[in-house]
Amino acid sequence: MTEPISEKEVSHVAHLARLRLSHEELQLFTKQLGAVLEHAKDVEALQLDGVEPMSHPLPMENVTRKDEVHKMLDRDEILDQAPVTEDGRFQVPQILGEQP
Amino acid sequence: MNSIVPDSSFTARSIAENVQSGEWSAVEVLEGYLSQITQHESEINAFNTVLEEEARATARETDKDIAAGKTLGPLAGVPVALKDNLCTNGIRTTAGSRILENWKPPYDATVVQRLSAAGATVIGKTNMDEFAMGSSTENSAFGPTRNPHDLSCVPGGSSGGSAAAVAAGFAPISIGSDTGGSIRQPASLCGVVGVKPTYGSVSRFGLLAFASSLDQIGPFANTVRDAAIVHEVIGGHDPKDSTSISEPFPSFLDDLERGVEGLKVGIISELMGGIDGISPEVIQKTREAASVLSENGALIEEVSIPASLYCLSAYYLIAPAEASSNLSRYDGVRYGLRVSGETLAEMNINTRTEGFGDEVKRRIMLGTYALSAGYFDAYYGKALKVRRLLAENFDEVYSKYDVLLSPTSPCTAFKLGERTADPMTMYVNDVCTIPSNLVGHPAISVPFGSGNDGMPIGVQVLAPPMQEALMYRVASTLESAEK
Repeated sequence: MTEPISEKEVSHVAHLARLRLSHEELQLFTKQLGAVLEHAKDVEALQLDGVEPMSHPLPMENVTRKDEVHKMLDRDEILDQAPVTEDGRFQVPQILGEQP
Repeated sequence: MNSIVPDSSFTARSIAENVQSGEWSAVEVLEGYLSQITQHESEINAFNTVLEEEARATARETDKDIAAGKTLGPLAGVPVALKDNLCTNGIRTTAGSRILENWKPPYDATVVQRLSAAGATVIGKTNMDEFAMGSSTENSAFGPTRNPHDLSCVPGGSSGGSAAAVAAGFAPISIGSDTGGSIRQPASLCGVVGVKPTYGSVSRFGLLAFASSLDQIGPFANTVRDAAIVHEVIGGHDPKDSTSISEPFPSFLDDLERGVEGLKVGIISELMGGIDGISPEVIQKTREAASVLSENGALIEEVSIPASLYCLSAYYLIAPAEASSNLSRYDGVRYGLRVSGETLAEMNINTRTEGFGDEVKRRIMLGTYALSAGYFDAYYGKALKVRRLLAENFDEVYSKYDVLLSPTSPCTAFKLGERTADPMTMYVNDVCTIPSNLVGHPAISVPFGSGNDGMPIGVQVLAPPMQEALMYRVASTLESAEK
C-alpha cells in the first residue's frame, strides 16, 4: 500500500502541472487529495494480476484518411483568438537560456 | 419551495410539426421561450450567453424557408440550448472557466452543425461546472445554476444549465456532455429526460475534452421521444472524430411504443442497497419502476455487477488522469487567457494558476499524481484493470438480460453549498452513472415521481452498446406509467 500523499508530493505535482499553490492551498489540497486517494485504496488493494488493462471502451484501431487536400481553418481566424501574435505567429516569452 | 417550473410545455416534435406545416411561426415559438428566459433567468442562471438576436435571425430564416415551400429537418423551428463546452463559430465558448472567458471558436462542433441542419434554433450557451468537473454546477466560474423546482437547490451537474433550461421552460431541448453522469444526474435532479449515448455514437468533434475515453454528448428533453429525435439528429458517423462508430444505428423511433412484453430486465443489486449512500426513497422508486415493467410483461430479476463496487475509485483515477493530459493545452499560447511572466514557464504557471478554479486544479493534480512514476501501476494501471472486469461483468449479464435498471442519482437535489467543502461527498453523486461511462454503454434517466421533499427522482435504464432503440423503448414504457 502507498503512503498517504505528502505536502512535498503535492507541491511537486503542482509544479509538474504548472500550477502555483499558496501555503493554505497546499495544506487544503493535500488533505483533499489524501481523502480521494484513501478512497482509492479499495482499488489499490485488489489482486488483479493477469487482468488485461482497458484504456478505452471501443476496440481501437488506427484510423487513417485519404491523403487529400481539404479546406482547413483560416490562419488569421485562428491567430485572432491567440493572446499575443507577431508576424502571423504565436508569440511566447523567452525560451532559450531558461532554467528547466 | 420556490418553483418556477411551467405547468405545461410543448414537445420539440409538436413544434417542428406545426412550424413545418405553417401552423406556427418559428419566430413566435422562439419569443415564447425568450420571454420565459427574460422573466426567470436572473433566478436560475442557466445560461452563460443568451443568443437573443442570433436566434431571432435564425427563426426568421426558418419562417422564410417554410413560406418558400422548403421542407426543413425534424427540428424545424425548435429552440435548443447548448452546453458551453460545445464549440460555436464566433460565439463565446467558456466551458465555465475563466481561462476561456472570452474565447470565440473559429468553427462549430459537429453536433451544432447537425442541429442547425435539422432546422433547430440555437438559443444560448448553458452554464456548467468548469470543464465539466462537478455534480452540482457550483464549480462554474460564472456562478451556480439553481434548480427550477426549488431555487435553494442545485440542478446537479456538470450539465446543470442544460438540465435547468429544459426544466424551466427556457428551451424544449438542450445538449449536454456526460463523462461520469453529467447528463443523467442533472436530468434526474431537474425532472427531465437525459441520455448518455453509446461511446462513439455522437461525434465529439468540437467538444472541449475532459476525459476523452469517457466523454459523450447527449440530449435533454421533456419526453423520451424528443430525446430520441435529437439523438438521431446529432448521432451518426463523423470522419472528424476517430472514435466515431461507422456502422449505422437502427431507428430509435420505429419501435418506441412497442412496449416491454417478453423483455428480460435486470436490477443491479449493488446499486439497490449493496453500496452505501443510496437513499431508501430512490431505491423504492426504482423498485416501483421495475413493477411497472413487470406489469407490462417484462421479466424482472436482480443481477450482480460485482466490479461496480470499485467504479467510483477507478473513475476518480482514470478521469483525472485523462484530464491532466487534455488540459495541458491551456498554456496561454494559442487561445484563451494569458497572464504574463518573464519566462515561458512562468507565463504558463501564472496563466493556469489564475485561469483554473479549485476543482479543476484538484483533478489535474490528482491525475498527474496517478500517472507519475512510482504510482502509475498502483493507481492508473489498477483502475484500467477494474474497467476490464466491469466490462466482463456487463457482458455476462447482457448474455442473459436485455436491459438493466438502477437509480440515476443516489439522492434528490441537495441545497446549494451543502456539499462543496469535501470533494469526496460530491464525487459519490456519480456512483450509479459512472459504470456506463467506463464501459461506453448507453443509459438514460427518466423522471419517475418525486421524493418526500417534493423534488424529482429519476430512474436509469442501461443497455448494451448500440442498443439505444431498446433503451428508449423501456424508457418510454416507464414514462407512460409516470404520466
